[in-house]
Amino acid sequence: MALVRLSSLRHSYRAHVQADADWAVKRLDIEWANGTANALLGPSGCGKTTLLNIISGLLRPTEGAVFFDERDVTALAPDERNIAQVFQFPVVYDTMTVYQNLAFPLRNRRLEQGAVDRRVREIAALLDLEPMLAQRAAGLTADGKQKISLGRGLVREDVNVVMFDEPLTVIDPHLKWRLRSKLKELHQRVGTTMIYVTHDQTEALTFADQVIVMNEGTVVQAGTPVELFERPRHTFVGHFIGSPGMNVLPATFDDGVARFGGDVVELATPARPPASAKRLELGVRPEFVRFASDGIPVRVVRVRDSGRYRIVETEAEGVTIRLLLTEGQLLPRGNAKLRFEPKFTQLYADGWIAS
Amino acid sequence: MSTKVPNQKAWWLVLPVVVLVAFNAVLPLMTVVNYSVQETFGENVFFFEGVKWFEQILHSKRFHESLQRQLLYTAIVLAIEVPLGVAIALAMPRRGPWVSVCLVLMAMPLLIPWNVVGAMWNIIALPDIGLLGRSLNALGIEYNFTRQPVAAWATLIAMDVWHWTSLVVLLAYAGLSAIPDAYYQAAKIDGASRWAVFRFIQLPKMRRVLTIAVLLRFMDSFMIYTEAIVVTGGGPGNSTTLLSIDLVKIALGQFDLGPAAAMSLIYFLIILLLSWVFYTVMTRDEAN
Repeated sequence: MALVRLSSLRHSYRAHVQADADWAVKRLDIEWANGTANALLGPSGCGKTTLLNIISGLLRPTEGAVFFDERDVTALAPDERNIAQVFQFPVVYDTMTVYQNLAFPLRNRRLEQGAVDRRVREIAALLDLEPMLAQRAAGLTADGKQKISLGRGLVREDVNVVMFDEPLTVIDPHLKWRLRSKLKELHQRVGTTMIYVTHDQTEALTFADQVIVMNEGTVVQAGTPVELFERPRHTFVGHFIGSPGMNVLPATFDDGVARFGGDVVELATPARPPASAKRLELGVRPEFVRFASDGIPVRVVRVRDSGRYRIVETEAEGVTIRLLLTEGQLLPRGNAKLRFEPKFTQLYADGWIAS
Repeated sequence: MSTKVPNQKAWWLVLPVVVLVAFNAVLPLMTVVNYSVQETFGENVFFFEGVKWFEQILHSKRFHESLQRQLLYTAIVLAIEVPLGVAIALAMPRRGPWVSVCLVLMAMPLLIPWNVVGAMWNIIALPDIGLLGRSLNALGIEYNFTRQPVAAWATLIAMDVWHWTSLVVLLAYAGLSAIPDAYYQAAKIDGASRWAVFRFIQLPKMRRVLTIAVLLRFMDSFMIYTEAIVVTGGGPGNSTTLLSIDLVKIALGQFDLGPAAAMSLIYFLIILLLSWVFYTVMTRDEAN
């Protein structure tokens, strides 16, 4: 187990960097505390897999350093760093049995047979693989193979970090839930530092204590799932997290008062947008918008039933505002009035939170 | 609801292919079968003989010797070409500017007409004026493929390896390229040695491709004719008279249509049987 620290890290896949866009990972400094479950969340191409490969040693960063505790491991090969990585699709040694697969990393380190056997059985019990130990690895289903991949990573006792690169991509939906719970349970029992890379917000928010949202090579926000949900620091985080995403409405700001259209909107904290800001926006999640007797006038346009609640689309000033209605709440027809909960309403200047 | 009317018009479209296949394959094969059970003394007069020719061939010492030579030849050729092909494929780069260069270099021997290959090797191996033959003799090795059976065999095998290893290389390379990077990355993290990577990742994943390579090489080397006859013409005496060369000698040289036809059929059945055995052995694990 180790604390993982990235210091002044930058990476480009090109030999000669010309423009800012050539950097796959732009300058960042991140620290992951020992024993925490973390997620790297972001859309495809945002640099999260690059970052993961830099931490595991499969990629050498163009600039910057990687530290495990106090050790600089930037120059070390993957097998010298004591990390484990679970890839997007299951990587198993087809010709070996499940037992041999799990024992492989230990045998490569020349551990004696008794210790190998003990450790393999321990990990197999943890992952519910015991009944299949004698079977050939090629015969298992996708989730079984991913468990083997994970087991190969955990079987070494001195693992510093366990990294997951979108591991549930090829798993059937009904097994995804089971495997997700298993991963969370594993973290609580084994306590190793874990980094989970994904573009699926459900996986990230349910697994991690701390989530880092990335976009186009930069860290947009780092925080707990609750922080990301209640107080996104960038409109991108607002869009990306939550289903449906945050409402982003054009706003104006005069004399310390934010307005949408002509109506005053109360904010969570006093806003201080920079004078040079070109675009001012209001952000509020559909979960925190309600119909009220007095407030912003809107026109109800569409209702969608999404099971647990209904998503109501309303229109005002040419923009769509969404809100959620649970069962039992009345749906006004035609014109209505909306109120935003001040505690969860923020002002954004050029995308970034302005408080 | 309308009932579907069977439309038989498609059979007309198949007719041209059927005619072609009939004339190019089925009828000639039937003719051979016909000849194999009859005897003729010319003038288009045929006498039915039953299995006489088959018995004669199967008991003939000449056939046994040719068959043995052929089996030995195929075994040596397979034993050299398959491992060598895999080794070269492993050494070829998978990314970067040299990939195309290597692929073109590997493909070149396959593009040369087979009789030209034979002629090339014949000339280069000539003991007095050929580059290879003359150099070997200058180095002190007594080399004359027109007189020494061993030299003739060595020349044939060298030619075959030079000509056909590229096929194994290209097939193995294709198989290797299909292995995703994640396997190599996982192996690195697991601390696997180079040999372990080959044994547990590369070889198992190349299995299907290698099956094809071995089958192709087996069938082609078992049927070899053009290159062999141009280089050695059957060798000093009959030391390199492989099955197909022997067959042609009987059929065209002696005009014994009956025995030749019988031998063709036996030849065909041997290849069929051995190919089936190879195929079953190499794919048995996939059925599990």
